Amino acid sequence: MSDRVFAVVWLLFCAGMAWVGWAIQAPFSYEPIGPRAFPLLLAVGMALSAAWLLFRPDPAPDWPAGSLRAKTALMVGAFLAYSLLFEVLGFPMATALVTVVVGRLFGGTWVGVSLGGVAMGAGMWFLFDRLLEVTLPLGRLFGGS
Amino acid sequence: MDSLAYLGQGFLVALKPLNLGVALAGSFIGTIVGLLPGLGPINGVAILLPLAFAMKLPPETALILLASVYIGCEYGGRISSILLNIPGDAGAVMTAVDGYPMARNGLAGVALSISAWSSFVGSLIATMGLALFAPIIANWALSFGPAEQFVLMVFALCCLAGMVGDRPVKTVLATLMGLALATVGMDANSGVYRFTFDSVHLGDGVQFIVVVIGLFSVSEMLIMLEQSHSGQSVIKATGRKLFNLKEMAITWWGTVRSSLVGFGIGVLPGAGATVASAITYMMERSLTDKEGTFGKGDVRGVAAPEAANNAAAHGAFIPMLTLGIPGSGTTAVMIGALTLYNITPGPLLFQQQPDLVWGLIASMFIGNVVLLIMNIPMVGFFARMLHVPNWLLVPAIAAVSFVGVYAVHATTFDLILMVVLGIIGWILRKLGMPMVPLILGFVLGDMMEQNLRRALSISNGELGILFASPVTWVLWALAATVIAIPLAMRQRRKARARSRVTSA
Repeated sequence: MSDRVFAVVWLLFCAGMAWVGWAIQAPFSYEPIGPRAFPLLLAVGMALSAAWLLFRPDPAPDWPAGSLRAKTALMVGAFLAYSLLFEVLGFPMATALVTVVVGRLFGGTWVGVSLGGVAMGAGMWFLFDRLLEVTLPLGRLFGGS
Repeated sequence: MDSLAYLGQGFLVALKPLNLGVALAGSFIGTIVGLLPGLGPINGVAILLPLAFAMKLPPETALILLASVYIGCEYGGRISSILLNIPGDAGAVMTAVDGYPMARNGLAGVALSISAWSSFVGSLIATMGLALFAPIIANWALSFGPAEQFVLMVFALCCLAGMVGDRPVKTVLATLMGLALATVGMDANSGVYRFTFDSVHLGDGVQFIVVVIGLFSVSEMLIMLEQSHSGQSVIKATGRKLFNLKEMAITWWGTVRSSLVGFGIGVLPGAGATVASAITYMMERSLTDKEGTFGKGDVRGVAAPEAANNAAAHGAFIPMLTLGIPGSGTTAVMIGALTLYNITPGPLLFQQQPDLVWGLIASMFIGNVVLLIMNIPMVGFFARMLHVPNWLLVPAIAAVSFVGVYAVHATTFDLILMVVLGIIGWILRKLGMPMVPLILGFVLGDMMEQNLRRALSISNGELGILFASPVTWVLWALAATVIAIPLAMRQRRKARARSRVTSA
């Protein structure tokens, strides 16, 4: 069933890709094959493969259920929040927070993940920004860059 | 011998203090990345690549770093296979079959040391093969025109479809997804923007690092959430630390055989260390297992797959360096690394960047000696790394992944795109869609399209040019063979299974 749902979604995606791709046009062209052909070819190939899956699907995998589903959603949420807050809160603070949340999901104790978060935020910032010269943000909120 | 002179020159490059230090650090990091279940060479190399770039390492140094991490991983994977019964990276799956029973019989030290030794032999044989064959292949490939290049890439992708995964349709679909992802951004030939939806961030395409870290690292963490290994306990390495001469003697020919086979498989695009170790394990079992001890802790069953997976990892450098076509997922990431430095891998690399190529090959010799030394006496230290709990490990992987992506362009957009690709990757992996073909497609997409269009420009749109030279005939025939053989084998297996059902 999962394969079928995926195949339908992907067929729609291919249709969208073909729709957008059809409009690609080079203003002036000096080659027999323009920028449009290859993407359209790929869209057709993907649509054929997806159609195959629609008729010959595999048995569905085990999707996370119950508390695992909630945990997976929380982890995705934590990563999205980490992305959005990376520049706002700065690397040390955002990393400490994401360590606490993700660490809890993996069964760490509150004390453990808090200590780990602070150590990781500070330690990694020092390692990357100071020692290895990979510039990391300190947080717009605190007037850093 | 020209090659020997070049190799000498390569050693001069590899022995520069910076390069030597980087090879040491890379081997060390690689062993750790390899032994941690869930982190494999692709993630390790993908995360380190942007850091190396951000640290402004020169290209040969960056490549040496990535290569030593890669080969370090192949050494590290065996440690968790033997002590935990969980392969640290995919190539070490077969090592667990006999390695774990050995460890339970109190022979953990022997299993660890003999596998380090056979890894070393495999690597050494493959590195010599690399130094010997790579210049010849590069020289031959110099004559390739766009049509040959295009057919070569078709062959590489066919290798994948034939060998990876048990559902060829899904492999094909994954490859096409990778190729499609590569079309995003400005088209180099006409200057037209494709699928960018007027976003500045997509103007020069989806960033390679973002794709790799998203698809591998982020999705891996989501998968780790599902399978917590908390119940597993690490076996303490007790007793003899080193194998004895008798054990070395009975594994010797198996190790050499497996190294050669592994090297050959590694050279083929797509089929990497995992396939090599599985095939050689099977081969050794049918050749030497007279008493039925394989699977119960036979030292030969540990040595053979380890030699093979290391040899395959080194062999994978041949198509990457000589043809610009990755032999494995990790070498695909390294091609991405070279592109970041505006170096196009391919046959010209040996002429234009001899320092880079031969420095890399020389540093592999050095790296393997370092790894052998590191992996026998220091194995206790590495084994202790297996005690790092997941609640600390996963946030660390997350933080390093984010740093890696952020280091390229320093935009929030890339971070979000990485997470989104990670979720998509997780769904695809759950559905049994292999990720390596997707990455290979993504890496090859641009070159494939450009070569196709260039070839057709030469012939004025005539498709016949793709079948016009002997090289293209051979490549088409090879492509058909690698697709046909696994299909035929699958049919035969099915037919045999059916006849067994009817006769029973």
